[in-house]
Amino acid sequence: MTGRDLITGVQNTWCPGCGNFTIQHTLKALLAEREKEGRSLDNVVLVSGIGCHAKIADYLNINSFYSLHGRTIPVATGIKLANPDLTVICCCGDGDCYAEGLDHLIFAAKRNIDITVLVHDNRVYGLTTGQYTPTSPLGYKGKSTPSGTAELPLNPVELMLASGATFVARGYTKKMDQLKTLIREGIAHKGFSFIDVLQICATFFPVADYYTSRVYEPAAHDPADFAKACLLAREWDYNSDARIALGVLYRKEMPGFVERVAVPIKTAPEREQAVQAIIAARI
Amino acid sequence: MNGIRGNPGQNYRKYKRVPGFFRHAACTHANVYTHHGSTVSYGDTMPEEREVSVLVGGRAGDGINNAGALVARLLSRLGYRIYLYFDYPSLIRGGHNFAVVRAASRDVGTCREKVDFVLALNQETLTRHRGMFHEGTAVLFNADVVKSEGQGIPVRQILAAEQAPEIMGNSVMIGGFAKAAGIPWDLVEDVFRAVLPKGTDLNLKVARRAYDQLAVARAIPERGDPPLPLLTGNEAIGLGLIRGGLDAYISYPMTPSSSLLHFLAGEKEKFGITVVHPENEIAVVLMALGFAYAGKRAAVGTSGGGFCLMTEGLSLAGMAELPLVFVVSQRTGPSTGLPTYTGQSELAFVLHAGQGEFPRLIVAPGDAGEALAWSAIAQEISWQFQVPVFVLPDKTLSEGTYSIDTAALPSREDGLAVPGRAASASLPYRRYADTPDGVSPPAFPGTPGAVVKVNSYAHDESGYTTEEGDMVSLMTEKRLRKQEALARAMNTFPQVNVLGKPDAPVALLCWGSTKGVCAEVGETLGLRVVQPVVLEPFPVTQLRVALSGATTLICVEENATGQLAAIASEYGIIVDKEILRYDGRPFTYESLLEKVREVVS
Repeated sequence: MTGRDLITGVQNTWCPGCGNFTIQHTLKALLAEREKEGRSLDNVVLVSGIGCHAKIADYLNINSFYSLHGRTIPVATGIKLANPDLTVICCCGDGDCYAEGLDHLIFAAKRNIDITVLVHDNRVYGLTTGQYTPTSPLGYKGKSTPSGTAELPLNPVELMLASGATFVARGYTKKMDQLKTLIREGIAHKGFSFIDVLQICATFFPVADYYTSRVYEPAAHDPADFAKACLLAREWDYNSDARIALGVLYRKEMPGFVERVAVPIKTAPEREQAVQAIIAARI
Repeated sequence: MNGIRGNPGQNYRKYKRVPGFFRHAACTHANVYTHHGSTVSYGDTMPEEREVSVLVGGRAGDGINNAGALVARLLSRLGYRIYLYFDYPSLIRGGHNFAVVRAASRDVGTCREKVDFVLALNQETLTRHRGMFHEGTAVLFNADVVKSEGQGIPVRQILAAEQAPEIMGNSVMIGGFAKAAGIPWDLVEDVFRAVLPKGTDLNLKVARRAYDQLAVARAIPERGDPPLPLLTGNEAIGLGLIRGGLDAYISYPMTPSSSLLHFLAGEKEKFGITVVHPENEIAVVLMALGFAYAGKRAAVGTSGGGFCLMTEGLSLAGMAELPLVFVVSQRTGPSTGLPTYTGQSELAFVLHAGQGEFPRLIVAPGDAGEALAWSAIAQEISWQFQVPVFVLPDKTLSEGTYSIDTAALPSREDGLAVPGRAASASLPYRRYADTPDGVSPPAFPGTPGAVVKVNSYAHDESGYTTEEGDMVSLMTEKRLRKQEALARAMNTFPQVNVLGKPDAPVALLCWGSTKGVCAEVGETLGLRVVQPVVLEPFPVTQLRVALSGATTLICVEENATGQLAAIASEYGIIVDKEILRYDGRPFTYESLLEKVREVVS
């Protein structure tokens, strides 16, 4: 399909100032670019979880699988294995992907499955009205932790480096041009791409000033340098006060899960022949 | 009784339990075969003029299952129909394993409590199973590790003479058995060549030495019938799924479903299918739904505990209208339960699992032949109606080995007409387009011009989230119409088997792997045996026909609460008596015969 409206007629219910708008418009711009290059959008699939981020499945006019909380990645993995010609993009939340579905995230990195995971990391549960997530800072006061969280946040970038992800990046919704580049490169990357997007939640965790004064792009960083990528990942631990590196922190080319798992398809008569041969061999 | 047509005031749970059954179940916990403790004695007549049973016992790690399979192949080649039961504890080395091979002139799906041959690879086989011997039982044993009467086989000495590795010890034992059973050597050679492609000649040499050293103890006559193929229940399910068009099998190992994963993983190149073992059962079901969304037929396999983790994915399949086959092989529960023992306690679970209301199909094959035929139907129906479908075996069926008479397999009379499938998708594409039978024309990502949106939320015809009441009602009714269409389609299949004496007034009602044992007991006692293969949508019309004229209904189940009896009562089919077993062991012919006699007398 060409020339389609990329935004559906579904009423948008994100709060004014929500960082999700930036991610939506970035994806829309990238989809338009893809069409302009003559590449069909029929082969693009968006998989979302459950949460504020996930409404993007209703808002973007492309194939979508509006999945369950925490369950974007196994669905996306199945879709990619079933049809490797599809471009599969996962939009997940931080509660979605780092809490409910963390096991899937780690295994996707471990497998190097060729999907792109965008984590809308607003560090708070928005849709369920403001509880802490795995990336909320220590002491965050939400409705489930009125006296402040008693646990340190997870550093998802460091976790992904440790899990074998072959494309690890961090973006920020107030740096839209850079975010667009990161997502474009993530989609182009052959293998598992992980992008943690620092996203503003205007209602429950409005920390734009904090981010804007701390984010930076490391000069002359070589994304092939794993040790340097680890240092950059550890510079800010999602809790203490430090500079926050943005950009592609790590990139590596490696064979992926799809190539390693793929089995040449057989025709129905070939399959029936195989069934009959097995039965005959059991006499 | 007050009738099969129903008596609403009658609560099935009030039916008296079989006297002494609890005691019986408790005391057989350690080993059913040593405690038959009943009035049934060996030689009790059954409709079988000529049959033979062989017990093979040894330590876990001795290859007992493989030795049993070789015995089964030999007896099958003599023209017998086979059932092999394999009993093993949940460990890798050191426990006691045993296999019982039963060979008969008719289809069999259960063991008897006495055996004609014993192959003892450890001393425990003799002490533990002493109660299974009769005066004519031929005992063969590995003389290196067992002291016994009967014929000892010097396994180590024979292996040394041929400089053969220890792993070929079972070939020695099988060679000895073949001689003791009077099986012609050329048949042994044929079977070894078919079953042991590696090191065949050396295996045959060591087997031949034992064959030459032993004497014929009980000659098993050749029947002359053409030999039938032998398949385990799980292999039959796998082959059925392939026939139903399976593209991908996703599973996390869990006994007793794991051998299905192993079988399909081992043969995936031959079938051209993708097999994945992901991080857990949650990933299993969601990954499979990804395949379904992308247009590939998928199946998952697990047991009760793993299925617990799949229930959110099941409900998603119901809401998103994605086809998926769940093979849930039952074992003894609750929780971890008895991992390697059988049970029929997940019927109510799979029937009600998943939040919300949506159609599903449940089929419970009774033996490997039915597993082959119905797994193909399950895969096809799931795809046609875009619904979750369950194949519900248990450990007895999954890991038991059966003769399959492919010519006698059930088949549907004519092709299924499914309007939803025939209709082609039109643009703009609406994934949940409302249709008379509720089945929307499918399209998959990559289809030119189609935007394919599936959704776990309540949604409209295009797949967009909605909270609008009228649309929610419309889509709910659409899904329920699929249930009706599914039930109509299933009625074109013979869904209920009638075995035993079809017009007898006393009927045994059973499901799943107890088919074989109920059929035999029914034939012995002149009872009707009624076995619904489809359990949801409940085949109430066919079941009423099958039970027509029956005056007493006895339900036989391997669970503690009578789950089929409870479901039947909801449809006004009232069970008079229940015979329940829940110690993890399947009914043997004698144990069921005794219980049925108690309740009918």
